[in-house]
Amino acid sequence: MTIALETQNLEKTFGGLRVTRDLSLRIEQGARHALIGPNGAGKTTVINQLTGVLKPNSGRILLEGQDITDLPVHKRVLRGLSRTFQINQLYPDLTPLETIGLAVSERLGHGGDWWRRMGTRGHVNGEIADLLTRFHLLDVMNEETVTLPYGKQRLLEIAVAIAAKPRVLLLDEPAAGVPESERHDILAVVGALPRDVTVLLIEHDMDLVFSFADRISVLVSGALLTEGPPEQVARDPQVKAVYLGEEAVNV
Amino acid sequence: MSASSDVGYHAQRQARWHYGEVAFWLIVLGCGFLFPTRYLIMTDILRLALFAMSLDLILGYAGIVSLGHAAFFGVGAYAAGLLALHGIINEPVLALIVAGLAAMVLGFATSFLVIRGVDLTRLMVTLGIALLLEALAERFSNITGGTDGLQGIEMQPIFGQIPFDMFGKAGFFYSLAVLFLLFLLARRVVHSPFGLSLRAIKNNPLRAAAIGIPVNRRLIAIYTLAAFYAGIAGALFTQTTAIASLDVFAFERSADLMLVLVIGGTGYLYGGLIGAVVFRMLQEWFSTITPQYWQFWIGLVLVVIVLVGRQRLHRWVLFVPNLIIKQVAGRKAVVAVPESDA
Repeated sequence: MTIALETQNLEKTFGGLRVTRDLSLRIEQGARHALIGPNGAGKTTVINQLTGVLKPNSGRILLEGQDITDLPVHKRVLRGLSRTFQINQLYPDLTPLETIGLAVSERLGHGGDWWRRMGTRGHVNGEIADLLTRFHLLDVMNEETVTLPYGKQRLLEIAVAIAAKPRVLLLDEPAAGVPESERHDILAVVGALPRDVTVLLIEHDMDLVFSFADRISVLVSGALLTEGPPEQVARDPQVKAVYLGEEAVNV
Repeated sequence: MSASSDVGYHAQRQARWHYGEVAFWLIVLGCGFLFPTRYLIMTDILRLALFAMSLDLILGYAGIVSLGHAAFFGVGAYAAGLLALHGIINEPVLALIVAGLAAMVLGFATSFLVIRGVDLTRLMVTLGIALLLEALAERFSNITGGTDGLQGIEMQPIFGQIPFDMFGKAGFFYSLAVLFLLFLLARRVVHSPFGLSLRAIKNNPLRAAAIGIPVNRRLIAIYTLAAFYAGIAGALFTQTTAIASLDVFAFERSADLMLVLVIGGTGYLYGGLIGAVVFRMLQEWFSTITPQYWQFWIGLVLVVIVLVGRQRLHRWVLFVPNLIIKQVAGRKAVVAVPESDA
């Protein structure tokens, strides 16, 4: 199996606090990998290092075998690493059409084009229409993002990440804060991601993790506690003690 | 695929020309024929409008605040003045472009300082650069003429054909042509993927980077372009008044520009144009009524605008015109003020 995303001995400190400790993760291509851990375990810090928002103090990050540790955020995206955010990071004044249109344009290298108008490239329009349809956003494509219901915003959040056509997708709590009635759409969309896209899921919702992931890494205080297939992790007494607090998990 | 053509149609929605825009430019052109005695102030408004449009490009689209935009205005003004005074480039249009390019070079060089910080840092850095240039212009008075300014500038005819007349008629139409051409360019730019990416950066720089936008490079590009626009506005100032003095760098000039955009709104290009008209008219009007205290009234108007909110004011102002338009052309034709944020 080839490795899609790998960290080698990643270290990150904030002041005196070691938030990432000697972390080595290997995520196989096409995997549905989950990263779980209690609050404050440093999951989001790991994501931020993977995507380039934060620089690790030491250690390397490899995307499909290539060292991306020193690349800025936008260059990692162009190499095929894309993410969603735990708290929606959208453009309040822009419409879903503009938001997705921009992401598609950037990926196809038209983003710096200052002369040609938006919407005049047929293949770009086709892709936008396709994404809007897949993510149930066609009916609201001309409304400002800020006015959309939360569930739609959440869908847009994921659609934007997908618009970058990632080979590795980092999902940071995709279902966070979504009301029960709208969860189904999100889960369906996440479940329908093509198998050639490698997914790293960060999630609190254990039902989602155990139904989705084929491999789980448990992070505690910035260090890797254990890693393995879901059944093994669920049985692990250490995991139960530290993370699940003796709560029984049904697999 | 119908959804695809639908997307194309809606994506170009804002880029299409509206009746209101055509009417706006026809009215501006009409003013040139209706008020032959007022060319000087009307030219002044056009220059201010171009200058404000320049700030709108960085503030309204990219979200870069600046209190030192006069730096580029001043460089353009002095460049145009020096070119004409020493007979380096006599043809005004060519000199105008060269002066704009000079400001553009400065814009590019200083953009690296400006993009680094947050809003407050940017205010201070831009303010500092403008003050620095003002001091430099004063120090090198052998070049700039110091506090006296550049004297004895004589403008040659435009394209060697149209001389600047003493009533300012040529100056007005020259300025209008420049403003309109640069407006067309700006309009093109803001409706391009590049322009949209600026709005994305303004809305959320974190996410902008996360979809692959090279944020810093885009900000540098628009800041440099805005500097070019401001330089052209400054060069127009020198060419149409035949003066360039230290006050082209003055803080008041940068600050006034903010007021213009507060009045007119940002992020739809017309804000600077409308704001410039209203601002100068108010200034004229108040200074006729109370020559000593006009600044008090301007201040009051600004406070009211900020408190009441421009959206609501626009709606009130457009209430009567829209009522008439509705009667004539049906419901859909109303003049809507685009979303703006300042």
